[in-house]
Amino acid sequence: MTAGTNAAGRAQIGARTLRTDRWWLQPALTVAALVAFIIYSTIRAFANTAYYAPPYISPFYSPCLTTNCVPGAGDVNLVGDWWQLSPALIILIFPLGFRLTCYYYRKAYYRGFWASPPACAVAEPHGKYTGESRFPLVLNNIHRYFFYAGLVFNVILTYDVVLGFRDAQGNWGHAGLGTLVLLLNAAFLWVYSLSCHSCRHLIGGRLTHFSRHPLRYRMWTWLSKLNAQHMRYAWISLFWVAFTDFYVMLVASNTISDLRFF
Amino acid sequence: MGYQAHFRVWRGDGEGGDLRDFTVEVNEGEVVLDVIHRLQATQASDLAVRWNCKAGKCGSCSAEINGRPRLLCMTRMSVFSESETVTVTPMRTFPVIRDLVTDVSFNYTKAREIPSFKPPADLAPGEYRMQQVDVERSQEFRKCIECFLCQDTCHVVRDHEENKESFAGPRFLMRIAELEMHPLDDADRVREAQSEHGLGFCNITKCCTEVCPEHIKITDNALIPMKERVADRRYDPLVWLGNKIGRRKA
Amino acid sequence: MSELERHAYDVLVIGAGGAGLRAAIEAREHGMRTAVLCKSLFGKAHTVMAEGGIAAAMGNVNSHDSWQVHFRDTMRGGKFLNNWRMAELHAKEAPDRVWELETYGALFDRTADGRISQRNFGGHEYPRLAHVGDRTGLELIRSLQQKIVSLQQEDQRELGDYEARLKVFAECTVTELLQDEDGRIAGAFGYWRESGRFVSFEAPAVVLATGGIGKSFKVTSNSWEYTGDGHALALRAGAALVNMEFVQFHPTGMVWPPSVKGILVTESVRGDGGVLRNSENKRFMFDYIPEVFKDKYADNETEADKWYTDADNNRRPPELLPRDEVARAINSEVKAGRGSPHGGVFLDVSSRLPAEEIIRRLPSMHHQFKELADVDITAQPMEVGPTCHYVMGGVEVEPDTAASRVPGLFAAGEVSGGMHGSNRLGGNSLSDLLVFGRRAGAGASAYVQGLTERPAAAPETLARAERSALAPFDGEGGANPYGLHMELQQVMNDLVGIIRKSGEMAQALEKLEALKAKAAEVTVEGHRQFNPGWHLALDLRNMLLVSECVAKAALLRTESRGGHTRDDFPGMDAEWRRKLLVCTASGDGVEASAEVVEKPQVPMRPDLLDLFEYSELEKYLTGQELTGQSGASRGEGS
Repeated sequence: MTAGTNAAGRAQIGARTLRTDRWWLQPALTVAALVAFIIYSTIRAFANTAYYAPPYISPFYSPCLTTNCVPGAGDVNLVGDWWQLSPALIILIFPLGFRLTCYYYRKAYYRGFWASPPACAVAEPHGKYTGESRFPLVLNNIHRYFFYAGLVFNVILTYDVVLGFRDAQGNWGHAGLGTLVLLLNAAFLWVYSLSCHSCRHLIGGRLTHFSRHPLRYRMWTWLSKLNAQHMRYAWISLFWVAFTDFYVMLVASNTISDLRFF
Repeated sequence: MGYQAHFRVWRGDGEGGDLRDFTVEVNEGEVVLDVIHRLQATQASDLAVRWNCKAGKCGSCSAEINGRPRLLCMTRMSVFSESETVTVTPMRTFPVIRDLVTDVSFNYTKAREIPSFKPPADLAPGEYRMQQVDVERSQEFRKCIECFLCQDTCHVVRDHEENKESFAGPRFLMRIAELEMHPLDDADRVREAQSEHGLGFCNITKCCTEVCPEHIKITDNALIPMKERVADRRYDPLVWLGNKIGRRKA
Repeated sequence: MSELERHAYDVLVIGAGGAGLRAAIEAREHGMRTAVLCKSLFGKAHTVMAEGGIAAAMGNVNSHDSWQVHFRDTMRGGKFLNNWRMAELHAKEAPDRVWELETYGALFDRTADGRISQRNFGGHEYPRLAHVGDRTGLELIRSLQQKIVSLQQEDQRELGDYEARLKVFAECTVTELLQDEDGRIAGAFGYWRESGRFVSFEAPAVVLATGGIGKSFKVTSNSWEYTGDGHALALRAGAALVNMEFVQFHPTGMVWPPSVKGILVTESVRGDGGVLRNSENKRFMFDYIPEVFKDKYADNETEADKWYTDADNNRRPPELLPRDEVARAINSEVKAGRGSPHGGVFLDVSSRLPAEEIIRRLPSMHHQFKELADVDITAQPMEVGPTCHYVMGGVEVEPDTAASRVPGLFAAGEVSGGMHGSNRLGGNSLSDLLVFGRRAGAGASAYVQGLTERPAAAPETLARAERSALAPFDGEGGANPYGLHMELQQVMNDLVGIIRKSGEMAQALEKLEALKAKAAEVTVEGHRQFNPGWHLALDLRNMLLVSECVAKAALLRTESRGGHTRDDFPGMDAEWRRKLLVCTASGDGVEASAEVVEKPQVPMRPDLLDLFEYSELEKYLTGQELTGQSGASRGEGS
């Protein structure tokens, strides 16, 4: 127990909280969901297998930039052949950083992992607190760079969706369940990115006089509506990106075959 | 209609105190403040409670009910089951004066530390022209009734007495945002928000937004935009460069 | 006994609502060392409850508006009983006071060209109310509060002390005004609510800005602070109250649940189509159209309903009769046993407008009923009944300086009287606070600057004040203050309420005497630290004295006018317009008793009289007054 609510002069109540509801449930669910995602994505990122099932590439591995990429998965070879580990590890830092510095996830992990606070009006178990005023948490302020990077990734993943309209041989006019999965993945990521607080700020929030920038004001109004649902989009897109990888893995490992629409 | 409810009310002062049990009549349609008043009139005439308008407009009757910061006058008894014990305590972030009344002077001290509205030097009274879309953001923050529940729930000061010195709290960081977004305010407030008023302490866990009886989106509309403005100034070389090259002021 | 806490200031402002804060700002800007004392926390004053707006003839929405039109509307609203000089100053200065608020940081709703938007309101000829949604009072109080903070920051920069020249003493109740041997104000005596410890202020000028008296009535839209403290302090100091018989009852207050009984239901509900029905589902207002209004109000539902879309060719629905008429009608229906389950009538808008339209037009009402009464006004009718809202009467003051008859004592806002005559228009209250708050601050400053020596209170006055404040702790077994308060509220509500009869008022006066005797014996438990029972016991004395003024004045005025309705004298009498009833007190503490005498009204200045049509003046003025009118002014008003 901390001195906090029992500091001298305050009502000496003692209990860490008098809340009678299940306040621990929300942080517990957050932790469970995030831990599940971390375990899954770590395994998959290091696995270096079953990430390409032509024409579909897993979002964990796109863009594939090393020479050890599966042929066809990415022929860019920006990094070169010295890289021997999984190509996912090079790029995942960007989406990971975007989510790690996201205002919603910050709330979620501060509450869930740090218990700072675990729930409103429930005392946190720490003696000292400086929040985001110091290193390392002050680094969360660079969220907007990850946002910019996230946009680049969204473009690439959208390009992957376009490629999903070709068949395994590269002929246009194909679409399968995988195309739809990739399409939804890209769409969710776009919505998640656009609903981001930094985006809302950069588009219009930073203006003092909306009336002098009617177009930006309209975009800001629209983004504000999206922004109100940022948490929802954060979870949907997180779940779906994992699911997309999972689907590609199943197809790539020939566990299932892709359902072809046309 | 009426029933006998079990209440536990904290009674005491800065020296000490405890939760006292009461059995008290509750009638249909009543709020917690009504029950506290009934206790005053029938069982504990010197039970201290602060209240004024009884309509959620003045923000005087802030306390904690079953551990949650709330206005006593806006908490209806119908949200509790008849068998449930209702526990009422003073706000736990501020020094207690007596019973449910706390010393909220922390907030008035912080209010004074926020530089006031700086009127434009070139405009006389009556010459102010502002567009509705430009005042709406600040108007949302001006709905604040200063109940200080956000200050009470904020773990930065609730759990860490030592942070009171350097942290203005959500209410007054929102006040900075209000002035920062005011279309005619002449002062620059961004840098000080971080350096003087402790914006960096905020870890956006949104408890302030959760408790706000006026439903002001404190975190999304005031605190995060302020953090972004600080990022503009301190952590974003692109914006810095853009400003150096010299665009007109937004 | 511990040492008495003492302070010295130039100007002491009692009350931290709109008027008090504006007075304090003015006094401080005149170089006075100023203190503001308030019963609640700083920024919680009853002013926050005001919704509609601030009336000021800025002409932003309709450029025909001017101070002259505003003045005319105010006089009509008050049935010509207003202090015309106050109404004139008010109409002339209100725009400047509103614009000034913007320099303090206020953010009003805007017109398309960026000016302050103005809305229509009952009795105002043009859209005139500057507003912020329906929370204008909050905006006003917050702006003034923040201006005070900014003045304190100036002092901090200049003198190193925020409170060097302007200090707010919150949760500090004044129980007595201190006077020197000549009756001049020398300060005030009170206690800290928090600790119960006494505190004395030495100051040559006191501005009363304590608001109204609604807590003497059972059903009221007023908060606990409205116990008539300023009225009573002024009386005991030797000042006079005028117009105390005029109390405004708003026809539609919530009646259920008990916790919110009396809370206002805005007039806009009826303006937007809401209708009043009794338990027999009848739109009863058609039965209550007085003869004088027959040509302006529809006598059948079809015509009434057409008015909302075609106001030019149809008469208004009777739900929109003046407040006093509607309040009286609701009262009669309930008394006749046709009321709603909780003792009101039904106000229904759900059958009149689509749900989304109701939410768009009446968001706060929708919210208020949903949160507090579990009633969805888009699907169910509301239950409403009359609620005590505002007292037109108050301390008699010099219009230009807000000075009372007691040297050094000033009053502004609801606690002052005269400005609104027999009935206040919506929106004129907030502007009143600003205009006369400023004038009181300036008046007090000028008075202090003109003094050659500071009046000093005799030491025994302090000891007496202490004894009197501690009396409720003496002895035991006396009456419980909560019980007495409830009895008082019942008496005032039932016997000196909306509809008054001579017999009932006489009965009320007897009961008030009996209550006074009980109040002298009242005892409270516990100690002095934040003890609400004790606080109420002290407030009770004020409520009793002021209630006596109201009852006595109401008994004397044998006519019906504005906020004073006599069942036995239903008509308005032009002779009575020339007379004001003035209340003074003799005695001290609980023993003080009120006396009411007539006083002639000062005739209106000719140039102001010229603003009205002769035909209109005929309705209010006596034949004798009219013949005094010059020939020229019988023609067109300017």
